[in-house]
Amino acid sequence: MFDRLTNFESLFDEFRRVEQEMDDAFGRWAVPAGIRSVARGTFPPINVGVTPDEVDVYLFAAGLDPKTLDLSIQQNLLTVTGERQVPLKDNATYYRRERFGGEFRRVVALPDDVDSERVEANYRDGVLRVSVRRRESAKPRQIQVNN
Amino acid sequence: MAKQEIGTAKSAEIERREREPEVVLRPPVDIFEDAEGITLQLDMPGVSKERLDIQADKTNLLIEGSAQIDMPKGMEALYAEVRSTVFRRSFTLSSELEAEKIDASLKDGVLIVRVPRRAELRPRKIEVRAS
Repeated sequence: MFDRLTNFESLFDEFRRVEQEMDDAFGRWAVPAGIRSVARGTFPPINVGVTPDEVDVYLFAAGLDPKTLDLSIQQNLLTVTGERQVPLKDNATYYRRERFGGEFRRVVALPDDVDSERVEANYRDGVLRVSVRRRESAKPRQIQVNN
Repeated sequence: MAKQEIGTAKSAEIERREREPEVVLRPPVDIFEDAEGITLQLDMPGVSKERLDIQADKTNLLIEGSAQIDMPKGMEALYAEVRSTVFRRSFTLSSELEAEKIDASLKDGVLIVRVPRRAELRPRKIEVRAS
């Protein structure tokens, strides 16, 4: 029993070290954090990527029922609310409970030129992807030089 | 001569980048034990069955997976809380568990791994007979 506990502890130290390395790597990437960003460990974590045509929001939310998700977009603010149920097993001893359970709400600011009428969302393998089209004016335009 | 120096500097840069530790995500886990054995539940969003690798020997259980995220061509990151697509976590097993009978299932990015306890070591209800 005790050797199992100590093994867990040393593993935990190892994980802390790995996390530290991750933080160092993030610093190098220097992707700016939004004003509505939250402490690490908040559920679900979000990535946002852009192309000239669309803005894609990825929510890393494993084990959700897509029917319980509520997405809304107001101007350029995307709000996702939902609930993840993590039922406890009866007659079991829990050694670790790290997974998020309960209600969540996340708000993310998108670029100003998104078209809130053209939004698509799909859920696959635990990742919710929300694609929002951008208005035509946001696309880079070739300008002819006349002489 | 100068040209050659630039060439050397470039390959050193590539070499340095390759030596840097890969960024790995540690999936959050719930672990519980019941009469049958130990169950692990891990969140690995974006990982499909084909991109999951579970290895177990008598003493270790290693879980690795890589997430596949569909991205349009030429996408640039605007904001990122998840900075890697590689998940990895390992656990130590003890001798009363049956590593060769580990069973795993994956649904919507949640991996469930069951590690059964040896049948002869499962708790037995002891009847108390009234005399």
